[in-house]
Amino acid sequence: MSKEIESHRFLEFAYQLYKTMKTNEINLVYEGEVTQEITKTFTSLTEKNMARSEEPNQVQRKVFNVMVECLQNISKHADTLSDEGETDKRGIVMVSKGEDSYKIITGNVIRNSKIPGLKESLEHINSLDKAGLSSLYKQQIKETKLSKKGGAGLGLIDIAKKTGSKLSYQFKELNDDVSFFILTSTIKRN
Amino acid sequence: MDVINIQGTDDTPSVILDKASGKFEISGRSLPEDVNMFYEPILDWIDLYSEDPNDRTEFSFKLEYFNTASSKIILDILLKLEEIMEKGKEVVIKWHYHEDEEDMLEAGEEYADIVEIPFDYVLYND
Repeated sequence: MSKEIESHRFLEFAYQLYKTMKTNEINLVYEGEVTQEITKTFTSLTEKNMARSEEPNQVQRKVFNVMVECLQNISKHADTLSDEGETDKRGIVMVSKGEDSYKIITGNVIRNSKIPGLKESLEHINSLDKAGLSSLYKQQIKETKLSKKGGAGLGLIDIAKKTGSKLSYQFKELNDDVSFFILTSTIKRN
Repeated sequence: MDVINIQGTDDTPSVILDKASGKFEISGRSLPEDVNMFYEPILDWIDLYSEDPNDRTEFSFKLEYFNTASSKIILDILLKLEEIMEKGKEVVIKWHYHEDEEDMLEAGEEYADIVEIPFDYVLYND
């Protein structure tokens, strides 16, 4: 009996998920490890969908660019829930297509100790206009050294520059050590 | 000098570096998982080339897309080319951008602000 209820719940969940995705025009939902292979698969999938729907090239290119930076941010920076030697870079990825814009939403676990620094960068980036972002980018690219993981600290600046939209973000505290960081990038369709 | 001729993939660019024929070009997409590993032989080649460069070096970038980690390496390449120019040799950057890709033109202009090398912007379409 309980097995039946369990399986019914699961079906109900699948149906609700489907309905929610349709209502919110979500084209892609993923939770799991974010690797280079995943990055390539999702970007090419999204490219194909956009090409089929005859989205203007400029929009397609921006969505591609922003997806790569968001996914590579997770694969370079995501932290894990436990300290027990887990090194998987996991996160959630969602892509939604609305009337006016595409939204790329990513989420990953982050150590609470990193939040103040990240928040400061995000707020600084959001306070700048196009010219300000361009000079911050130039300053950063000159001063930065590539990390072992190949990070240049330029991803968020690049997303803000290319989308022309403010970065929208939230931190949801999971426990004393870690939080869940959600970043929404918006690409206008016209 | 050895010729570098790397065929592009869906996440790494095509690279041709040929001193004898004077062809220097990076084209395609650059979003490798490990930028350091991909670009190390290219940076080493340019270091070697700069010991005895041609009188004129015309270096082409025809990139469709590059990630931010690659953008840092591109600056490293440009800085090495700038050193060649400082030795009294002629260096020109041919910066190609697609007509649908204003961001790529802007990226070229930002590099041109940082380094002293002259940039030629070349528009292309499919």
